[in-house]
Amino acid sequence: MRELRVTPIKNGTVIDHIPAGMALKVLRILGIEEAVSSTVTVAMHVPSKASGWKDIVKVEDRELSPKEVDKIALIAPRATVNVIRNYNVAEKHVVRLPDRAVGILRCGNPNCITNLREPVETDFSVLEGEPLRVACRYCDRVLEDIAAAIV
Amino acid sequence: MASWKGRDILSIRDFSRGDIEVVLKYARKLAPVAEGQKSSRSLEGKVLATLFFEPSTRTRLSFHSAMIRLGGQVLGFSNVEGTSVQKGETLADTVRMVEGYADAIVLRHPHEGAAVLAAEFTERPVINAGDGAGQHPTQTLQDLYTIWDEKGKIDGQGIALVGDLKYGRTVHSLAYALAQFGVSLTLVSPPGLEMPWEIVDELKRAGTQVATTHRLDDVVATADVLYVTRIQRERFPDPQEYERVAGSYRVDLPLLREAKKDLIVMHPLPRVTEVDPAVDRTAHAKYFRQAFNAVPVRMALLEMVLGVGG
Repeated sequence: MRELRVTPIKNGTVIDHIPAGMALKVLRILGIEEAVSSTVTVAMHVPSKASGWKDIVKVEDRELSPKEVDKIALIAPRATVNVIRNYNVAEKHVVRLPDRAVGILRCGNPNCITNLREPVETDFSVLEGEPLRVACRYCDRVLEDIAAAIV
Repeated sequence: MASWKGRDILSIRDFSRGDIEVVLKYARKLAPVAEGQKSSRSLEGKVLATLFFEPSTRTRLSFHSAMIRLGGQVLGFSNVEGTSVQKGETLADTVRMVEGYADAIVLRHPHEGAAVLAAEFTERPVINAGDGAGQHPTQTLQDLYTIWDEKGKIDGQGIALVGDLKYGRTVHSLAYALAQFGVSLTLVSPPGLEMPWEIVDELKRAGTQVATTHRLDDVVATADVLYVTRIQRERFPDPQEYERVAGSYRVDLPLLREAKKDLIVMHPLPRVTEVDPAVDRTAHAKYFRQAFNAVPVRMALLEMVLGVGG
C-alpha cells in the first residue's frame, strides 16, 4: 500500500515539482523563515516520474502573489503552483520564467549602483532559460549564483 | 535610434551601425567649429550640467569645450568634495535637483549602472561619461571617429588592440562597436590580461575575424591601426615582472620600422611608457588628434540630444 507522507490541505498553495534540494530556498522566497501563522509542510527528495526526485512545499491559508510565483520560477523553472480551496485544486499554474526579474535579486557586483542606498528596485533581464542566465539592467553583470542572490 | 532629441547616451551597445555613422558624419561637420575656425551659437541659451562624482579632467574639459564652442553654458562639479553628495544625498535626488538647472546632464560616476539610474529620474537627456568599470560611450565614438576620419572608412581595417585587454573598459566597448563593421581584430596582450572570453565569443558570433597573440611584433607589419592601452602596474604583484611585461608592449621607432606607412597609432591617454615620445614626431602618431576628436563628437551628441541644428 502506498503511504501518504503529506496530508491534503484545506486551503492554501501547493508548490510541486521543485528541483530536489531547492525547497528551503522556496521557503526563503516566501518569507517563511520568519514568523508565520499557518502550517507549512515541506517534503524533500520525493520520487518523481518526471525528473527522478523533487521537493514539494505546502503552505496553508495562503495564496501566492504573481511576484512570488515569478521568484519561484527563477530557481524552479518547472514548478507547478496549485491553489487549493476547500480541498480541491481551484487553480493550477505552471510557473513561467519572466522576461525580467524586478526587485527579486540582488546584484552580485558590489560596485553596482543598485547596491548603494538608491531608491530603485533591482532589475534583471533574463538572457537564457536553461541554464538560467540573468544580467543586471544597470551594470550589465551576469549573475553567477541566482539562488543565493534572491532578496 | 529613431529620434535623437531627448535621448540618453548610456552605452555604445545601444548604438546601431547606422546610429554610429550618423554621429560620425555630424561630428565631421562640426570639426571646424571645434577647431575654432568657425563659430556657432547653436546652443545659445542652453545649459549643460557636468556632474563628475570622480575626477576626469580630459572628459570634463572636452564636454565644456564642446558646449562653450556652440554658445552654451556649463555648470557642475568636478568632484564630490563640498557637495551634498558628501552629506549622503542619493544620486536619484541629485539628478532631480539638477534637472531644474540644466537642459542636459553629463554624468561621471565611480559606480557601474549610475547613468542608467540617473536617466530614470530625469526627463533631461543623460550622457554617460563613464560609470565605474562600465560604459563610456562618447570615448568609443571618439575612437571610431578617429579611425574613420584618418583612414576614410572603418570597414576592412586591420585593427590591433594592445595592452591590458582584460580590465580595460575602453577596449571592451571599442571591440563591441567595431564588431558592427567588417574589421579584422588582433588582440595583443600579456598572458593573464587577455580579453574576456565572453567578449571574444560575442565578437566572433557577430562575424568579426579575431586573432590573438602575446607578441606585439606579430602584428606591427600588417596592422592598419594600433590601439595601445596602458598596462597598469598594480596588476602585477612583482615590480620586475611588470617592467619586463610593460617593456615588451612598448611602441617605439625600431618597432615601427616594420609598420605600414599609413599605420596609425592611437591611445586613449594618459600614456606612461607604452608609446615612446619619439613616436610623437612621426605621421603614425594620432593620439593627440584622437583626444581633440572628443570635442566634435561631443558637440554632435549635444546638438542631437538637445534637438538643435541638424
